[in-house]
Amino acid sequence: MYSYIVKRMLMVFPTLFGAAVVVFLLLRLIPGDVCMLKFGGEGGYADPEQIKQCQDMLKLTDPKIKQFYDYMAGFVRFDLGKSMWTQQDVTHEIAIRFPMSLQIAIMATFVSVIIAVPLGIISAAKQNTLVDYFVRAISIAGIAMPSFWLGIVIILGLLIVTQAWTGVPWMPPIFYKPIWVDPMHNLSQLIWPALATGYRYSSVATRMTRSAMLDVLREDYVRTARAKGLIEKVIVNKHALKNAMLPVVTVIGIEFAFLMGGLVVTEQVFNLNGVGKLFVESVTQADYTLTQSLVMLVVFIYVVINFLVDLMYAWLDPRIRYS
Amino acid sequence: MKGLAQKLGIAVLGATFAYSASTAKAAAPEYGGNLNIVVGSKIPSYDGHIESTFGMIHPIRPFYSLLIRENPDNPASPTDFVCDLCVGDVPKGTEGGTKYTFKIRTGVKFHDGTPLTSADIKATFDKIVNPPEGVASSRKAYFKMVESITTPDAETLVFKLKHPSGTFIPSVAMPFNFVYSKKDLDTHGFKWHQKNINGSGAFSFVEHVQGSHVKGKKYASYHHKGRPYLDSYTALAAPKMSVRLQAIRGGRADIEFRGFPPKARDDLVKALGDKIKVQESDWNCVLLATPNHEVKPFDDPRVRRALTLSIDRMSGSKYLSNIAIVKTPGGIVFPSHPMATPMSELQANIAGYGKDINASRAEAKKLLQEAGQSGLKFTFLNRGVDQPYKIVGTWLLGQWKKAGMKVDQVVKPTTPFYASLRKKGDFDVSVDFNCQSIVNPLADVSKFLPSAGNNYANFEDAELENIYNAMLKAETQDEQKPLLRKYEKRVLNDLASQAITLWWYKINPHRSYVKGWKIAPSHYLNQSLDNVWIDAAEKKRQGVN
Repeated sequence: MYSYIVKRMLMVFPTLFGAAVVVFLLLRLIPGDVCMLKFGGEGGYADPEQIKQCQDMLKLTDPKIKQFYDYMAGFVRFDLGKSMWTQQDVTHEIAIRFPMSLQIAIMATFVSVIIAVPLGIISAAKQNTLVDYFVRAISIAGIAMPSFWLGIVIILGLLIVTQAWTGVPWMPPIFYKPIWVDPMHNLSQLIWPALATGYRYSSVATRMTRSAMLDVLREDYVRTARAKGLIEKVIVNKHALKNAMLPVVTVIGIEFAFLMGGLVVTEQVFNLNGVGKLFVESVTQADYTLTQSLVMLVVFIYVVINFLVDLMYAWLDPRIRYS
Repeated sequence: MKGLAQKLGIAVLGATFAYSASTAKAAAPEYGGNLNIVVGSKIPSYDGHIESTFGMIHPIRPFYSLLIRENPDNPASPTDFVCDLCVGDVPKGTEGGTKYTFKIRTGVKFHDGTPLTSADIKATFDKIVNPPEGVASSRKAYFKMVESITTPDAETLVFKLKHPSGTFIPSVAMPFNFVYSKKDLDTHGFKWHQKNINGSGAFSFVEHVQGSHVKGKKYASYHHKGRPYLDSYTALAAPKMSVRLQAIRGGRADIEFRGFPPKARDDLVKALGDKIKVQESDWNCVLLATPNHEVKPFDDPRVRRALTLSIDRMSGSKYLSNIAIVKTPGGIVFPSHPMATPMSELQANIAGYGKDINASRAEAKKLLQEAGQSGLKFTFLNRGVDQPYKIVGTWLLGQWKKAGMKVDQVVKPTTPFYASLRKKGDFDVSVDFNCQSIVNPLADVSKFLPSAGNNYANFEDAELENIYNAMLKAETQDEQKPLLRKYEKRVLNDLASQAITLWWYKINPHRSYVKGWKIAPSHYLNQSLDNVWIDAAEKKRQGVN
């Protein structure tokens, strides 16, 4: 087991290196740079001398290979450099946004699990009944609806409903306060994006839970349990559920990692100052250092989450042994 | 549908009228409160001398003072400047318009307590006008006429010019010319202000959370006595227009200073009625259609002329102003400025401004035929921004099609768009943009000079350069005006080097309890917030906390 863990941890490095090469090259394929955008992005006169000064300062005029070497050397030293747009440390830029993205990811995962697991089980247990059809319709609707669209609907709905009821339109706060500073403000801002993303996320997990449960419920040992006269509740909860959880855990893990950096549009809809919004801004501003670091962060999160999911397999299914 | 549009129109008119009526009454300002502003762009740095974005101006400008500024009580006038850190009226040029002497206020202090003297203003303008090697200054080119800046004493600042210049005073009044403390520049260097703030403006810096908000609090020792009225302000970053709009509707923000499209204004007015006030103004920004003269057949003036002749600016104004932030047809000068050419003269003298669009398009077809370019096919480069780029671009395609041209539109995101326009020059005809802060006609029209760094039409014309140089040195508006007309005719008619589309139109709907702020012809102007106040009773009535 320990050798497996060490091997998996060592695999992180080539994965990160591969991602670094790809993102470095892809970013530089886009014409233009942060300096041209910064000094002339609003259509005014952009002094070529000033642009050159900026490019020199940011080392954009260095040969690409030198830029890559500097980037990797900084990465090895855990120095992610400075944002090309704000000149703030990249670690600072990420640190002020990471807690909020993490909180949403946790809240959305919580919403998803409390919806998906019971609904998936009920749907499987009551296969081809009205209950099953209803759960399937709800989950298919969740997959079909992009969470950012649902977010827009939620905001508009809140505005319209509150205005109709109280005469004063209300919408969630548009700037973040940590939960330990102002829990009411924090939750009234983040509950809505957590619901919007959690619903879509739960739909995927519901369908996965249902199909995994159906497979397990057809297994011989379940039939044996029924033959022995065990009640259905015990069969489902004690014997079937744990075995059905393997694919569900995989889906939840991947979705959690996605939420940490992939809420690109949803964060904009709710004006959340999170990692996803930072991602969009860094790309549109051609902020290479920040984009590279964000990609590396997301890759790292994916690798870690996948690793944890793999470890969880062994706990869920004792037959799985890593060596 | 028509009925709904009419109702909305009446509601908007009503809100605008209500605003005019309420400002006419001019209630006494109240003290206190926090103003929540939503800002649609990011802050690259705090240094006004190098930045050009409203994303920096809106949250940061209230921390700083200027030597002179637009009149905050009359910002609609493009020629009304008043002293901020100087006293009395804005000085007139002496010695044949080559010397400007400013008397500086006494008793002004920076937020750190350092007294402000003429030496600070000199150090500021030295940094802007003659930055040391390696120090950037975005507005250096506006001050080419400055020969020297001297301070005979702590209360006097003298600008000596190489020649009289009509662009000098408006250039000094630009909102980016934040006055810095000489002590800070001497102690911390010229880049310190990129990440630090120490001004003498109406508000002092409290905090900035990147990507989230900037907060400022009232500066008790502000030099305009009795101001500011607000206790504080919070500038909330909100890149999406829909968020800014809903934030005002939902009471999370009180105002947005850049401007909304007509539909957003109508939605707000429809939802909130008299809780919203609407201020509207012509905007000192315009989109151009810029042909690349280095690409055939756009090296042929007949083809370029056909492009501008095909555009029906009058009907464009009528219809586009319902869906986009454009409205006013005009020449190369901001239409509301006294130096601008009246429409009747444009109609009489400039191709593409005639009253009969059918005749114009017939002439365009004839010119294309003469140039051997009937059914001309080309690609129009546009920027991937809805308001107003993509809307105006799509409209232009239709206009050119009506003159028999076949045009494809290529829309690129901002970074590759500017790379094509500025660096690679790999376009046939492109959308281009001229947007300024202070209305400074002579400086603003430098965009059309072939030698200007931001003219992307790629051509040379000695006559245009000569007219411009003569205009720069003309002392009075009476001398400048005929030269400006000649210059405009050369650009838009004779060379047809670029085509003007429609001037932008600024629409600022805001909560009606926000008082004192008046719209200016630019989203960069009137942002000191020292005259803004909140009507607490009205705010309570609206149920906004």
